[in-house]
Amino acid sequence: MNAVIARLVLKRLGIMLLSLLIVAFAVFFATELLPGDVAQILLGQAATPEAVAGLRTAMHLDEPAFLRFLHWLFGLMSGDLGRSYANDREVADLISGRLANSLELAFVTTLFSVPIALTLGITSAMFRGSFYDRMVSVFTVTVISIPEFMVATLAVIIFAVYLRWLPALSVASEVHGIGELLRIYAMPVITLAFVVSAQMIRMTRAAVIDTLNTAYVEMALLKGASRRRIVLRHALPNALGPIVNAMALSLSYLLGGVIIVETIFNYPGVAKLMVDAVSTRDLPLIQSCAMIFCVSYLLLILIADVVAIMANPRLRNQ
Amino acid sequence: MTSTARRSPRFGFAVNAVGVIGASIILFWILVAVFAPWISPYPVGKIVDFDYYGPISSDFWLGTDYLGRDMFSRILMGARYTVGISLASVTIACFVGVTLGMIAAVVGGWFDAVLSRFLDALNSIPALMFGLVVVAAVGSSLTVLILTIATLYAPGSYRFARALAVNVNAMDFVTVARARGEGIIYTIREEILPNIVGPVLADFGLRFVFIVLLLSGLSFLGLGVQPPDADWGALVRENIGGLSFGAPAVVFPSIAIASLTISVNMLIDNLPRRIRDRSE
Repeated sequence: MNAVIARLVLKRLGIMLLSLLIVAFAVFFATELLPGDVAQILLGQAATPEAVAGLRTAMHLDEPAFLRFLHWLFGLMSGDLGRSYANDREVADLISGRLANSLELAFVTTLFSVPIALTLGITSAMFRGSFYDRMVSVFTVTVISIPEFMVATLAVIIFAVYLRWLPALSVASEVHGIGELLRIYAMPVITLAFVVSAQMIRMTRAAVIDTLNTAYVEMALLKGASRRRIVLRHALPNALGPIVNAMALSLSYLLGGVIIVETIFNYPGVAKLMVDAVSTRDLPLIQSCAMIFCVSYLLLILIADVVAIMANPRLRNQ
Repeated sequence: MTSTARRSPRFGFAVNAVGVIGASIILFWILVAVFAPWISPYPVGKIVDFDYYGPISSDFWLGTDYLGRDMFSRILMGARYTVGISLASVTIACFVGVTLGMIAAVVGGWFDAVLSRFLDALNSIPALMFGLVVVAAVGSSLTVLILTIATLYAPGSYRFARALAVNVNAMDFVTVARARGEGIIYTIREEILPNIVGPVLADFGLRFVFIVLLLSGLSFLGLGVQPPDADWGALVRENIGGLSFGAPAVVFPSIAIASLTISVNMLIDNLPRRIRDRSE
């Protein structure tokens, strides 16, 4: 049985690597092959044709695109992310510190949003159709339908402007003690948790309701089991796979949310680095950040797939 | 499948009150987008008030923005960009996605396998991030925005339509059509499409919401519609300075976005089960 699982996991891993290759191609294509001469852009309007030509040669822009793609790809794989155009530092150095910040933010958000979302999702599925359930779905539909920046600006208005509990900007430079740490993370985490958990609540609820509609749950109902017992003992174990899947998928919303949230709150993470790189057109930095986002997204999907396979023996026979 | 839902004679299905409200708000914004230049009280780019972040008054129904321009006119024109760009992108994305999805389901074989694998990989690119990459590389213009967004959402539409079409493709009437010797185009148009059109339209609506949110997000980051034009996301960005004192100039564009996206969701959630079956 373990061999079967291992083979399936290896297969998923292979698919992930293939996807990554295609994604790398898409990122490279979008940044380097679309119209717009990088050398011209870097040197600006006033550059002489000779200077542009010189820079093109220095940057290997005259080589065929496919060769440049391979060169870039092998560089990525050997850990050489290239040099930043804007300040001529190693991209890897620029990213490493920022990545830790972003991961911290994602971790704290996950820590808060997963338990809340699970509780709300499962209970609203238990009391389907009740007033409580309807309130929860009105809340989730509203949060899903409004842009992330609106959640963030609302949080600023409420917590920073009216209540004056928290600072509007979070600069995680000097941290003394737990209280300060909480104040710094509070705003970005509140915003992200709202966005992510709305998605998670919806998907968890749908997953539990799906299992509640099965024959064995009806059987449990007929033999007189209590509602709590039906949900917790009969439905939940079977809904575990879909729920974990839902959580991994919702956490991938963190990626989109993080770009907006880090920009608004001026949080020094990878996404802020990337948005800044966009304004200076620093292509190597943008490419590397983009690849980091895609890798983390694909990893989340992979984890979700593997957990689904572990939780549901029926998926092993595909 | 027998449906016990009450049917109105006209459409063959009934929509409840919440759905009707949603539909009317959507219709309202579409009309505004079409007729904006004729109904806006002031020229969009003109500075009409000496005060910036002006309050709501009888002259300026929704206040004025950070330069003293009339917010009401700017929001009306913003509807053109937000609704127009989103509608154009979602139409392209769904047309390409659904067509390819149906072809893949009917043709099958290696064509289906290769296309599915490739589009799944594209689907794993976070939308906002890829928008950033493209805008960084080629700059922002209406064409670039529409094509980029369409490219990002076509794979999802493909996957959705293909999953539906594969089920229909296994039905007896499709086998019969094949046995009659009908071609791929006929099978797709006459046998598959009519059977998946309901869920596909619901999916169209949901994708429209995602696109409105993505476009607003891009514009909010300053990478979407470029000044002096502004969609609703860009209006929020321009007037974000008024946030700390709750200026109407930053509140109303946000409300406009929310009203549009929430009403699309309201409409789709309240469509009869028969139509939105399988949509999430």
